[in-house]
Amino acid sequence: MTRIYISRDSGALCVGAESVAEKFRKEAKDRGLDVEIVRTGSRGMYWLEPLVEVETPQGRVGYGPVKASKVGNLIEAGMLEGKPHKKCIGVVDDYPWFKNQTRLTFARCGIVDPRSLEDYRAHKGYEGLKKALAVGPEATVEEVLASGLRGRGGAGFPTGIKWRTVAQTPPQQKYIVCNADEGDSGTFADRMIMEGDPFVLIEGMTIAGMAVGATYGYIYLRSEYPHAFETLKIAIEEARKAGFLGDNVAGSKYAFDMEVRLGAGAYVCGEETSLLDSLEGKRGEVRAKPPLPAHVGLFGQPTIINNVLSLATVPIIMSDGGEFYRDFGMGKSRGTMPIQLAGNIKHGGLYETAFGITLGALVDDIGGGTYSGRPVRAVQVGGPLGAYFPRELFDTPFDYEAFTAADGLIGHGGIVVFDDTVDMAKMARFAMEFCAIESCGKCTPCRIGSARGMELMDKIMAGEEREANLVVLEDLCDTMKWGSLCALGGFTPYPVMSALHHFPEDFGAGKKRLEAAE
Amino acid sequence: MPRYEPWTPERASEIIARHQDEKGATLPILHDLQAAFGCVPLDAEPLIADALNISRAEVHGCVTFYHDFRREPAGRRTLKLCLAESCQASGVGALEKRCKEKLGVEMGGTTADRRVTLEAVYCLGLCHSSPAAMLDHDVYGALDEERLDALLKEAQA
Repeated sequence: MTRIYISRDSGALCVGAESVAEKFRKEAKDRGLDVEIVRTGSRGMYWLEPLVEVETPQGRVGYGPVKASKVGNLIEAGMLEGKPHKKCIGVVDDYPWFKNQTRLTFARCGIVDPRSLEDYRAHKGYEGLKKALAVGPEATVEEVLASGLRGRGGAGFPTGIKWRTVAQTPPQQKYIVCNADEGDSGTFADRMIMEGDPFVLIEGMTIAGMAVGATYGYIYLRSEYPHAFETLKIAIEEARKAGFLGDNVAGSKYAFDMEVRLGAGAYVCGEETSLLDSLEGKRGEVRAKPPLPAHVGLFGQPTIINNVLSLATVPIIMSDGGEFYRDFGMGKSRGTMPIQLAGNIKHGGLYETAFGITLGALVDDIGGGTYSGRPVRAVQVGGPLGAYFPRELFDTPFDYEAFTAADGLIGHGGIVVFDDTVDMAKMARFAMEFCAIESCGKCTPCRIGSARGMELMDKIMAGEEREANLVVLEDLCDTMKWGSLCALGGFTPYPVMSALHHFPEDFGAGKKRLEAAE
Repeated sequence: MPRYEPWTPERASEIIARHQDEKGATLPILHDLQAAFGCVPLDAEPLIADALNISRAEVHGCVTFYHDFRREPAGRRTLKLCLAESCQASGVGALEKRCKEKLGVEMGGTTADRRVTLEAVYCLGLCHSSPAAMLDHDVYGALDEERLDALLKEAQA
């Protein structure tokens, strides 16, 4: 029997993986071949999707991108024996783009069948929980602290400190909430984990529950991810059936169970306090802090709220040790970051690597430059609230502090590449427009500021009192940055101001203004 | 292919009752009502308020806060075109124009034959293969004019 692997990740489905799998099924049947098709997550090399891998004695040999209409030709060329072909990339594990990564959080993604608990356990699954149960709650929190793991959602707050705060609250109903409202353009790492290795997230949440004394968890998933919703529901049911969720987790004295809840298209619900309000059945409006969710969170109870990637990294920290994880990275940015290469880029996909790699290496070397073949002009890092970087800043290392120093943020790790046809004034206007569409409306700088910002950009782009309006724009951004209740209004100035400072010519600002600014 | 049930308060109450004992049940109820009726009619709001022991204003505020909930059913199929940064960088602007022209509607509009509703969405998480779109729950990436035309044809079929 020959085993082949085809992804069922949305990123593969969106370029035709389903019809490729269907065609393989049909061809195998017509030709009387004994072929088993395993549906996996994605390896994250999306320009090669639909990628078909064939199990051979040398390892899994990849072919991609495969068109359904070419499946017959590939079989005739001997792909089921792993024979060379112009679409063949060799053994996938040895393919440089894949091999050069440090896959810790994504160790299994693209390799296992995401719906199979057996497959998960055959690939080190649930070893983190085993270790956590063996060392107990306090040592588990210490291990996460020691790893240096920081919140991967964007804020970069140390995960272990959140955990310790909740662990120190008196025993009562506590909750684990997973923020799976991945709304930033240019990001898809959460989606990949949930569709490609959902058990690692379930395991991470279970460990969190045990560590802080929480017995119930919610995954708040955006409604734009129907495939992730389906996979998560299946995985949770499998985990429950096998006793990894329930009254006695893995036969221990700890109880933990969980469910997935769907959002309803509000970007702001990715902000943790508005997410909590949404889970409670209210409008997703931002809460003032303090109190912190760790003290007064979901339904007023102590709550850990972590991003998908933070929670999905916990199992490997527990199984291999906090020190092992901390040894990757630089400065205060420890471990690895799943970086997402997106936009107008040749090699779009997920690249997990230790912190410290430069922006230029990511865009030019790993990303291969633009898909359009035109020069890279700007990249936006960290989603719609992240700054635009010009080529001059490509030596910035990927690190929380280095990006802050360059007036930007790494956010959730998305990089969107633009070629030289981009109009940066238009992008600045869009940042304001997006903020106006998605503002929860609770605080004035965000609600009113974004609308006024759009109007200002219209005037600037039309050449109306340009110099005076640019001054007003900077002033408005200052107000939004310091006066908004959360990152939506507070960070919208990043794309606007970075576009203005690095690309003043697109705003019709003369060279004089540029010099004056410096 | 969505085919919606006719609105009846009895059916709505039945759906609401399924979630009544859940914590923070509002969103699950609204999602299920919309799945059944294609929208959340105004008449559903007092029923939800009664069942959850919250004010009608709270329910109304919730329904109107979220982009997903609609007052009128969408067309037979819903085409969501991503207009976020990654897709903009990959030329969705021209495709958006083409969509509107071919369907004869603006963003948020439904074609006269009620076959297709066109909506803007801000990120489908397929930014590695921008521009991207979603037809009901099916995803499409790496769109160009040719692929978009095929998608529009499927949507209108």
